[in-house]
Amino acid sequence: MKYLDEYRNGELARKVVGEIRRIQTRPWVIMEVCGGQTHSIVKHGLDYLLPESIELVHGPGCPVCVTPLEMIDKAHAIARRPEVIFCSFGDMLRVPGSEGDLLMLKSQGSDVRIVYSPLDCLKIARANPEKKIVFFAIGFETTAPANAMLVWRAREEGVKNVSILVSHVLVPPAIAAILQSPQNRVQGFLGPGHVCAIMGYSEYEPISARYKVPIAITGFEPLDLLEGTLMTVRQLEAGRAEVENQYARVLTRDGNRPAQKLVNSVFEVCDRKWRGIGSIPKSGYKLRYEFRDHDAERLFEVQEIDTKEPAICISGQILKGIKKPHDCPAFGTQCTPQRPLGATMVSAEGACAAYYAYGRHLKKEPMPAASGTAARSAV
Amino acid sequence: MCLAIPGKVIDLFEQRGLQMAKVQFGGIVREACLEYVPDTQIGNYVLVHVGFAISKVDEEEAARTYKLLEEMDQLTELSAPSVEEKPARKVG
Repeated sequence: MKYLDEYRNGELARKVVGEIRRIQTRPWVIMEVCGGQTHSIVKHGLDYLLPESIELVHGPGCPVCVTPLEMIDKAHAIARRPEVIFCSFGDMLRVPGSEGDLLMLKSQGSDVRIVYSPLDCLKIARANPEKKIVFFAIGFETTAPANAMLVWRAREEGVKNVSILVSHVLVPPAIAAILQSPQNRVQGFLGPGHVCAIMGYSEYEPISARYKVPIAITGFEPLDLLEGTLMTVRQLEAGRAEVENQYARVLTRDGNRPAQKLVNSVFEVCDRKWRGIGSIPKSGYKLRYEFRDHDAERLFEVQEIDTKEPAICISGQILKGIKKPHDCPAFGTQCTPQRPLGATMVSAEGACAAYYAYGRHLKKEPMPAASGTAARSAV
Repeated sequence: MCLAIPGKVIDLFEQRGLQMAKVQFGGIVREACLEYVPDTQIGNYVLVHVGFAISKVDEEEAARTYKLLEEMDQLTELSAPSVEEKPARKVG
């Protein structure tokens, strides 16, 4: 069972951290993009293991978190309709809209169902021809091929009573938006491993070149994250800015071509609003015109919904790496996973929820870093 | 929720023209669509995300990743209810 321990091997981890310490000559701010990476970093305390002057900030890569509140309200408005069976991944059920969550709607009699795979919606649609089946299609590039297949098959098989409510977002435009911000502090990125398993990483190369930032496409095991950090620090110290692949055992530069092909057949790129951040140009997917009969937003003509986020919430700045959960006065007091105020607390993969889950709300300032403070005050 | 879960392919079948597999994750067996990893064979390990295989991995990678996801409480999608339909036609 040696291999089980290889990526938790304390000795190896110490070596990697030792190497980071040895080569690092100045403070660096590195962002991990994916919510799964954030969860792993906080769970294993990797940010405590690193030298104090290497600061990890947590990016926008949690799809549940960045789904706009008005999109959640739209989902609820559709789910309330008596002719609808509303299907969703389990993650979205407890995310509060302006009035309650999907679980509450279910308890009030709406037909809300958790599905394992988007394809399950086709089975539900065939079994319930008198009903309209709506699937809440959220996610990053990793999930897009599954959601695209649902729509593709619905059209191929002539299943007319299934549609999707699309809230798909893309990682590279979000990275570019973070780098364009005048307040940006991020100097290098740990790129999202499973997103790149689908998309490959060639689309990160122009970003790395244009903004002169190193990007290491990284897995989410503790040693992956430390190795990705080492690769990024090496580049920063050497003044290089390239895309490197730490996660070569899972992905290639080209990604999964069959998946990309179907995604491009079903979806096209559009502007999307990100919860906490706002609108980012060309940062998401919408259905292509030929699939309009499966577009829930068109079919149900949900009115533009006006929502208001609590002014105290700083999740937008957290998602951009400008602030951290402890910078928020509401963190762990007014704002908890049970009563989240904003994006980064609504899902276990959000930075605030991860900090809370591992008890970091119990300490006022758990970062050991004098340098972290210095870096913040320098902004 | 962008994490994919590794499992072992234990059976192949076709369902309404789609290549499908039964994939074992620890003690749980679920169906997965193989359209995006079409050269998958029985005995292969695949990363599965929301019912779709997205990449092949080796056995060691699969075992390690599965254990980590278990520790991180990231396997809940496997316990989502199954939607049963007519029995699928077996291939070969």
